[in-house]
Amino acid sequence: MKDISLTINGCDVKVRQGATVLDAAKAAGVFIPTLCHHPDLKPAGQCRLCVVEIEGSRGLPESCATPAEDGMRVMTDTPRVKEFRQQALGIILDNHAGKCIECPANLDCELQTLAAEIMPIETKQLAETDNPFFRRDYLRCVQCGRCVRMCHEIRGAGAVIFREVDGEPRVGTAFNLPLPETGCQFCGACVDVCPTGALTFIQPIPKGAQEIASICPYCGVGCRLIFSVVDGRIKAARPDPAGPANLGQACVKGRFGIGEYTHSPDRLVAPLIAKDGVFTPISWDEALNRVAEGFRKYQPDEVAVIASAKMTNEDNFVAQKFARAALKTNSIDHCARL
Amino acid sequence: MAGLAKTFGSGAMTNTLEDIAESKCIFAIGTNTTQTHPVTGTRIRRAVMNGARLIVANPLEIPMAKYASLFLQLRPGTDLALIMSMARVIVDEGLADMTYVKARCENFAAFAESLKAYDLDFVSETTGVSQEKIRDAARMYAETDPAAIIYSMGITQHSHGTDNVLALGNLALLTGNVGIRGGGVNPLRGQNNVQGACDMGALPNVYSGYQPVTDQQVKEKFEQVWGVSGLSTEVGLTLPQMLQKIDAGKIKALYLIGENPALSEPNIKHVTETLKKLELFVAQDIFQNESTVSAHFILPAQAAMEKEGTFTSTERRVQLLNRVVEPPGEARPDWWITAEIAKRMGAKGFNYSASADVLKEINAVTPSYAGITPKRLKSGDAPHWPCPSEDHPGTPILHTRTFTRGKGFFAPISYKGPAELPDEAFPFVLTTDRSLFQFHTATMSGRSAALNEMWGRQRVRISPATAKELGVADGDMVKVSSRRGEAQARAMVTPKVVDKIVVMDFHFAEANANLLTNPACDPMSGIPEFKVCAVRVQKV
Repeated sequence: MKDISLTINGCDVKVRQGATVLDAAKAAGVFIPTLCHHPDLKPAGQCRLCVVEIEGSRGLPESCATPAEDGMRVMTDTPRVKEFRQQALGIILDNHAGKCIECPANLDCELQTLAAEIMPIETKQLAETDNPFFRRDYLRCVQCGRCVRMCHEIRGAGAVIFREVDGEPRVGTAFNLPLPETGCQFCGACVDVCPTGALTFIQPIPKGAQEIASICPYCGVGCRLIFSVVDGRIKAARPDPAGPANLGQACVKGRFGIGEYTHSPDRLVAPLIAKDGVFTPISWDEALNRVAEGFRKYQPDEVAVIASAKMTNEDNFVAQKFARAALKTNSIDHCARL
Repeated sequence: MAGLAKTFGSGAMTNTLEDIAESKCIFAIGTNTTQTHPVTGTRIRRAVMNGARLIVANPLEIPMAKYASLFLQLRPGTDLALIMSMARVIVDEGLADMTYVKARCENFAAFAESLKAYDLDFVSETTGVSQEKIRDAARMYAETDPAAIIYSMGITQHSHGTDNVLALGNLALLTGNVGIRGGGVNPLRGQNNVQGACDMGALPNVYSGYQPVTDQQVKEKFEQVWGVSGLSTEVGLTLPQMLQKIDAGKIKALYLIGENPALSEPNIKHVTETLKKLELFVAQDIFQNESTVSAHFILPAQAAMEKEGTFTSTERRVQLLNRVVEPPGEARPDWWITAEIAKRMGAKGFNYSASADVLKEINAVTPSYAGITPKRLKSGDAPHWPCPSEDHPGTPILHTRTFTRGKGFFAPISYKGPAELPDEAFPFVLTTDRSLFQFHTATMSGRSAALNEMWGRQRVRISPATAKELGVADGDMVKVSSRRGEAQARAMVTPKVVDKIVVMDFHFAEANANLLTNPACDPMSGIPEFKVCAVRVQKV
């Protein structure tokens, strides 16, 4: 029997005749949430969580009950799909007992896992949103004091403290001031150590993301950070506890300031030549040839190279070798003095 | 860095960051560590929690002052007087470690003679710090072992920055604090790889590993390894000198890689005009900036998170970068672009297929990096140089037995103040500061909405008394002018600034402090005097 070829989120996948769209997604390694589906049972289409978008077809068909067809183009995570799933799960949760902590299936419950996956983070009980980096929701605080001790013992900021409210110690800030007025450095160390949802990042560290460690590009301390990458984009960064220079600490710039500039739409993406005051894209070949031809015209004392303290050792080594061996000048410098 | 090279023979942190935690006394001068190197700030904090004493000297009441044993709020540009007078107190009161001085140092007599100029009356008057506090600081530093010195641009960005560094070197030698755990003289480097760029020879006077270009043997070694002839033995131009020569029409072609002098150098209005005079201006960067707009060619480079390679941190530690994400469009690694230009010029020795190939060449020609091989870094090691062979553990502490130059050199120093002092026309002192939430010219940090929300605009910081004198309220628009230019921004009235001082930053193109700063340079290091210039402030 001939295999069926289709795409799931733009990736090609081949499945046997008779496979469903859900089977095809599994084969492609794409997760689709399901609740009523079970591999031993016939599709029921009951929970409606497994809906997808299929190009050229109206509505949102259930992937568990839709046969895969040749040339089908399936999208599993469009905004429309996500919104529908949230509504469908919302209806299920409305009719559900809810008190997970009292349930024998707590932490071993498919519904609980799916809710964490699908539902937007609940922010209704939010007490404090006085900064763009993290939230403080003291209704979820258990007064363990990890954040207070971290801020005092390790960071020395003393921004979060125990204060007395009605004779009881409560985590908060001096005089209940907003965080930006407390000397808080927004390093996020308190959030890292919080055992509950009392302190959370506004941009959460995505679950199941690809994680790659590298070195922070800001100051000279050399903190090792772990980057969470989803669809080729940096979604979050956190300090690597094994980083020899930072021992699990980071600063506000390393944690929150790398993804946006890396993925900025302003990045230079093609070689440019200035023509009558306007920059026009040209090919690498043409750019490199013209630049090389240009530099050849000058004497060693007519040229200079400025390298960069932001580049790697290898980049700088090649830059100084270029100045010395190709241009025959020692006029190479960088901003070490700034 | 020139200063430490003269005193000890090596211009880098003598100790490691980890080492700070073992210090019993930390003298932090000219560094706002918790803002500019926040994670190193935590090391200082840990040391203080473990009972170390902290002495903070800064013109601004920085956050670290809160948990300092002593806070010396000195006038901008008077650090030299403070440091030398501390040395004088140590000598006068017999607190110097003379065994160490005799065994390991030289030129003590001439240095001791030069201390006579620093009597406490003069120094207290000059710095604005009480005699009692100067004495306390000197005693605390000399009597607590081990004691570490930590400094940053507040020491170096002066027209006599090298003298400041020499003075700190003197202080450490005098008390036997160099070459021991928990001691040392430790410059915190600002940029992620400024240490590495220096180590690699992106400097006009040295090849990689600080091998002098003027040394005939070094020249012959590189000619042989690179397969070229005619390498120059003449020291090249520093960045400020290049700009002067471009202005004079002598330098006609410039290859600018990953820098933005039209925002970061002093007197930027002039820099922008200067760059327009070039016949050939090739810029290579990840973004257009105030400098690249004048270029004839712009070549798109990869950002740090798209690269493989190594960075050397402020503590001489070499660490491996991993590629985190793919580069956008046609952006290429910097080494690749430079090598391609070289090849097309007909130059030999630029056939690298990966950044690890370049590191292998670095290992081969740079004795201090010989043992820091791609294989070793891949295995998870991140050694401190010097690391002369693959089985060498690296060198966390420098100068343990002898100094790189042999003996530690005591430098006699006569007092110099800032190049430009306030007068009738420009009665205030401008000093530059950096925000925790922005980095340098904000090319990177300024693209984060959250960071910009915290600090996204220039603010002219003045004391309540200065504000009253000027008739300015918090949030009023003010015009700050110097002999070089003017800038307009809103005032921020804060008690953390001393009277008659104006504080601005150079993060943003708008109202940048470098429209005003003085290009007067330190004669040895070439560092401009960013930290002091005379200005006038008017309400708009």
